[in-house]
Amino acid sequence: MHVRLLDIAHARSGDKGDTANVGVIALKPEWYPVLREYLTQELVAKHYTGQITGPVQRFELPNLGALNFLLHGALDGGGTLSLKTDAQGKVFSTSVLRLVLDVPDHVAAAAGLPAAPLAV
Amino acid sequence: MSDSSSHDRIVRVASGQGFWGDWLEAPRRQVEGGQVDYLMLDYLAEVTMSIVQKQKERDPNMGYARDFIGAMESVFPAVADRGVKVIANAGGVNPVACAHAVLAAADKAGVRGKIRIGVVTGDDLLPRIDALLAEGHELKHMETGEPLSTVRDRVLSANAYIGSTPIVEALARGANVVITGRSTDTALTMAPLRHEFGWAADDWDKMAAGIVAGHILECGAQASGGNCLHDWRDIPDLANVGYPIAEAKADGTFVITKHDGTGGRVSVPSVTEQLVYEMGDPHSYITPDVVADFTSIQLAGDGENRVRVHGITGGPATPFLKVSIAYRAGWKAVGTLVYSWPDALEKAQLADRVLRERLHNLGLTFDTILTEYVGVSATHGPMAGNGEAAPEVQMRIGVRGPDRAAVERFTRELAPLVLNGPPSVTGFAGGRPKVEEIVAYWPALIDKRAVSTHVDILE
Repeated sequence: MHVRLLDIAHARSGDKGDTANVGVIALKPEWYPVLREYLTQELVAKHYTGQITGPVQRFELPNLGALNFLLHGALDGGGTLSLKTDAQGKVFSTSVLRLVLDVPDHVAAAAGLPAAPLAV
Repeated sequence: MSDSSSHDRIVRVASGQGFWGDWLEAPRRQVEGGQVDYLMLDYLAEVTMSIVQKQKERDPNMGYARDFIGAMESVFPAVADRGVKVIANAGGVNPVACAHAVLAAADKAGVRGKIRIGVVTGDDLLPRIDALLAEGHELKHMETGEPLSTVRDRVLSANAYIGSTPIVEALARGANVVITGRSTDTALTMAPLRHEFGWAADDWDKMAAGIVAGHILECGAQASGGNCLHDWRDIPDLANVGYPIAEAKADGTFVITKHDGTGGRVSVPSVTEQLVYEMGDPHSYITPDVVADFTSIQLAGDGENRVRVHGITGGPATPFLKVSIAYRAGWKAVGTLVYSWPDALEKAQLADRVLRERLHNLGLTFDTILTEYVGVSATHGPMAGNGEAAPEVQMRIGVRGPDRAAVERFTRELAPLVLNGPPSVTGFAGGRPKVEEIVAYWPALIDKRAVSTHVDILE
């Protein structure tokens, strides 16, 4: 089943130098294992192909029901060097939420995940 | 400290400023809206030190966050008569001048005799930088590994991030206002808790709890409903948003809340969003005092607009302090033009091609030319679709490089496009883009033993 990240998580992002950090937080505690299993470092790296120049790292925070991603080389040098509108990575939180996860039907049903609209 | 009254005693630290430029009303609202013991004001971002350094070069009595003087004026009654203490890293590169300005304002307000300022110095490494390099401190860039010698002649400021210890000392010596330079944001909250509860410097879990409280408070309302994506439509009364307050106990647990009758929201999601903000490896949140483990933090709702925080653990601090160095790194300018439907994006893209060809034909070279199409792809890139139906698109183009004259000439190449480029263009009323000097950030580490802090009491 296709599940929009927007429907099962919220997020906040910020910067450290040329790295954007994106914290993705499950809207319900029981949805965190879905994030941990299906919102992989590889998926996020693929999502930002061509948008960032460095690798993606992922850290787990089961205590907060959250994953933290570091997107290296995301900010055109970062800080005052950057020419980007989003020089401080403030809205990477929203671009990550465009992701759609492919979750097996039985997992989605057991977790009560909302299905994405048909167009996805 | 073992009797039950001290065990249950609550110390309230209120956040009143998340950066230099934050809401001017917030400090006064925090001390007037209910009981607080400490007001914490964070003024410094990564590049702020270089800005205040430039100001100090022009006027040796400047070089600090001037907003802080107004903030103090607005809270003098609480500090002078109700025992509220203020801790702020407003001192920039001139904490002593900042303290004198506060004392002058206190004089004018008739409260001078009730203000005792602890001034923390020692973070400013600029006067010592050549000596430090000569002693073998390379101050290598933390990300690239380059030695500082490559940009030494362009360095504007250099400050060590200092921890809670000198602030604790100032409080122990009876200060009711503590002014620091480049102290860490989190130390401003942790220090008063350490002072009040007598936590030992190697009680790592308590130190870490103070740091986590500091991380939650350091961005002001960002923990209490501001910039909160979760349920944003239903967050009440942002016009009167209440800034966050930590109600801490000696055991290292605390509740995040805000004053009754204020807007915004303190909830597990709002606090969680702030916890993950600017986070690196959550297992090791490194500060001068302690390495905190953010995977230990437990949050629980504790009634309306109250979140209980507990379970926090930490480990020994590292032998290093982080150093924030600012250096001149060339020039930049960013300009915009707005193109209208039909085919707004295509017109904007043609304008970009024409402009780049003209820059090329003029022989101008830059390190970077970056074009964004605001309304289509500026923040989400190609994942946001093709912008076909956009009613208008802003072409936003920026250049940077070492040659000021080239950047200056670039700023004169935008306006002509209004008459000699693609059609349906508007939005140029702002005039020519401004040429700005880039002051870049160079993070480094230094052996802690090379930095010693000092506390002076002024009254």
